[in-house]
Amino acid sequence: MPGRRHAIRGAGLLVSVALTVLGLLLVTFLIGRVVPIDPVISVVGDRVSADTYARVRQELGLDLPLWQQFLRYVGDVLQGDFGTSVLTSRPVLEDILRVFPATLELATAALVVGVLLGIPAGVMAAVHRGRWPDHLIRVIGLIGHSIPIFWLGLMALLVFYARLDWAPGPGRVDVFYEGLVDPVTGIITVDALLAGESDVFWNALHHLVLPAGILGLYSVAYIARMTRSFMLDQLRQEYITTARVKGMSEARVIWRHALGNIAVPLTTVVALSYASLLEGSVLTETVFAWPGLGLYITNSLLSADMNAVLGGTLVVGAVFIGLNLLSDLLYRLLDPRAR
Amino acid sequence: MNTLARRLAGAALLSAGLSFGLAATPVLADTPKDTLVMAWQFDDIVTLDPGEIFELSGAEYGAQVYDRLIRFDVNDVSKIHGQVAESWTVSDDGRTFTFTIRDGIKFHSGNPLTAEDVAYSLQRAVKMNKGPAFILTQFGLTPENVDQKVRATDPRTLVFETDKTYAPTFVLYCLTADVSGVVDAKLVKSKEVNGDFGAAFLKANSAGSGPFVLRQWKASELLSLEANANYWGGAPAVKRVLIRHIAEPATQRLLLEKGDVDVARNLKPEQFEPLRGNDKIRIVQAPKGTLYYFGLNQKNEVLAKPDVRKAFKYAVDYDGMAKTIMNGLGTVHQAFLPKGFLGALEENPYTYDPAKAKELLKQAGYPDGITVTMDVRNTSPSMDMAQAIQGSAAAAGITVKLLPADGKQVVTKYRARNHEALLYQWGADYQDPNTNADTFAANPDNADDAKAKPLSWRNAWDIPELTKKTAAAVEERDTAKRAAMYQELQREVLETSPFVIMFQQTEVIAERSNVEGLVWGPSFDSNYYWKVSKK
Repeated sequence: MPGRRHAIRGAGLLVSVALTVLGLLLVTFLIGRVVPIDPVISVVGDRVSADTYARVRQELGLDLPLWQQFLRYVGDVLQGDFGTSVLTSRPVLEDILRVFPATLELATAALVVGVLLGIPAGVMAAVHRGRWPDHLIRVIGLIGHSIPIFWLGLMALLVFYARLDWAPGPGRVDVFYEGLVDPVTGIITVDALLAGESDVFWNALHHLVLPAGILGLYSVAYIARMTRSFMLDQLRQEYITTARVKGMSEARVIWRHALGNIAVPLTTVVALSYASLLEGSVLTETVFAWPGLGLYITNSLLSADMNAVLGGTLVVGAVFIGLNLLSDLLYRLLDPRAR
Repeated sequence: MNTLARRLAGAALLSAGLSFGLAATPVLADTPKDTLVMAWQFDDIVTLDPGEIFELSGAEYGAQVYDRLIRFDVNDVSKIHGQVAESWTVSDDGRTFTFTIRDGIKFHSGNPLTAEDVAYSLQRAVKMNKGPAFILTQFGLTPENVDQKVRATDPRTLVFETDKTYAPTFVLYCLTADVSGVVDAKLVKSKEVNGDFGAAFLKANSAGSGPFVLRQWKASELLSLEANANYWGGAPAVKRVLIRHIAEPATQRLLLEKGDVDVARNLKPEQFEPLRGNDKIRIVQAPKGTLYYFGLNQKNEVLAKPDVRKAFKYAVDYDGMAKTIMNGLGTVHQAFLPKGFLGALEENPYTYDPAKAKELLKQAGYPDGITVTMDVRNTSPSMDMAQAIQGSAAAAGITVKLLPADGKQVVTKYRARNHEALLYQWGADYQDPNTNADTFAANPDNADDAKAKPLSWRNAWDIPELTKKTAAAVEERDTAKRAAMYQELQREVLETSPFVIMFQQTEVIAERSNVEGLVWGPSFDSNYYWKVSKK
């Protein structure tokens, strides 16, 4: 009964996802409560009358026991209500929908950079193992991994924007184009294309180059390292020797056979680095004044805007779990041994 | 905190890199002529409703979009002039203020502005009872009586009644505050949801009559204003003002130098000092009504000794800090009234004298010195000041252990009175001296569950006598006498208080030199963009 076995496996998967999400919620909720910041002050400021203070405390439900607050929150979330943000005084869900596309755009562009540079670099390093290309790529990877992104971002701005004028400054578009295109998807490049505003599209694309390049460097290092070790593993296999003995061209051996066989584990690596790009863009967003989810969660956390923090965390967590599931499924679909 | 350390290291490296000099490459300023573009950290804005605004950046927004009943002169704070009001009279008993409203003012919606709108705006603020409401309720206004006390007797006459006789200047200065911004009653009432006085609408929309109209607000991202071409005082010369939230000062500087913004608001000394030689950029400094100080908790038996309190005042290197970390950010100021306020004392009796501080500690019974913790906000310049104090106090026999934390965290601890020493800043809420006397020199109830929590209460400083004097000063109708009373209060606080007031904040603004007519007043709600133009 293979169908039944799948159903059971699927149900188990769902339960484990639900438990993960609940655990994530609980941990975030508790962190939010032990942060030594009075959320009432965030709402009304520090100089209100005692009466107003007490009233707002009650409005926020902070006078209830902790477990009741948590249950109330989970109940609301299940109905799609993430509460209202203190900072923006709008529904958190609306806020997240507004800022998430910016992060998505940045992370996706960074991932493209990471894949286009990382995979070839990893293959080169494996093929020339122990010779200079391998060492060079390793050093570049090390640099990419250890320089603070914050500093690198500022330096890139200084060189390419301030000095050389090759790239535009911080922000998603030039001031001149600010607010010209109505957000449909929230991804400016896409919105500009939809609106047929080619000027805005090119401008937004130019604005994307530096931050996506800097952020992408970090995934280049990771993707290249993983590709290298997968490749080395494959190049030791007998079928590679066989192919070479048969007289197949070296390029074909490497790029077709070996790379084809590591496509599956690479997919997992790419999915995971996508997830880490989505949550790891906070500093890049700060330097480049890029109003995305990372910046939103940071601002919210520093103002004890708990609804926003919980909502944001939930989204990041859901994306992470989702991408993990996806790579899991892809693995099963693509790898004959997993079927 | 690792990231913070990295950021700081990054910033330090960057400024090092910058000081090698951005060669002044000629660049064309590419912001449109009819648009003023500003880079500013305005992530403190949580609402755009004048009945609720209680943040510095929000107050500045309110000043561009809403007209107020009256205003003070930014060049001479002792002068008050009408804005929506063209004149006013005060009754003999000093309890009734009658304002005549200017004729012919129109809101952005086209609705005429009358005394009814002014009355509604003040009533609304009192009934909503949000952050700034106390500025009005301290005159005995309550949600129940405000409709009788503040009323329009005809379309051009507004009557404002107080519960007691106060100094007229006190009442008038409070009416110059943001909370008296006049909202379009007709429009706001039409947007009301379940009796919220249109608060949900005004949080993110505007309904004013001022020189600018709100076009768009995206929290911590973009604030965009459009000129009101029909402004009764005359249309602004620019069509739009675009303000972008740029969190990083180094990024702000880059944008300004490239001409991608016209004004940068949050540069630190390491960013604006090198710009002084740049003829394309003008550095403007405006003293603001904010004081940097630290408080000593009197619940701590060591800190409660008068000699120990005094020792701290001699353990701070005021001039050394003024020349270095506070250069351009503040000036030495030790009295509780900032320069620009009625009765402000301009004398700074304390200087850095570690020997004297040691002597005082010895008298207090601590010949080997003392150790205290100091809570401080982990941002510049607070953190820099705390580190400087740590250094200078060490030579005076005081070991200071720093506890840096996020600002809201520090305030939370402060309100619980769990600190030993705590460094923070205090900004005036309105332009009358009572705003600071009430917090530094009055503590009506020192009990743990007290209703009011002024700074004196937070440091558990029990001062029945001073509290009485502070209350008397707001009732003194003779302005000269009143000023003298505040000077006496300041001298007493200087002498005996657990407050070590060090600096008055200076706001530093960097403008492109083709920008003209921006007004930077003594408070954020007296910064005006109305007359700005670009050559």
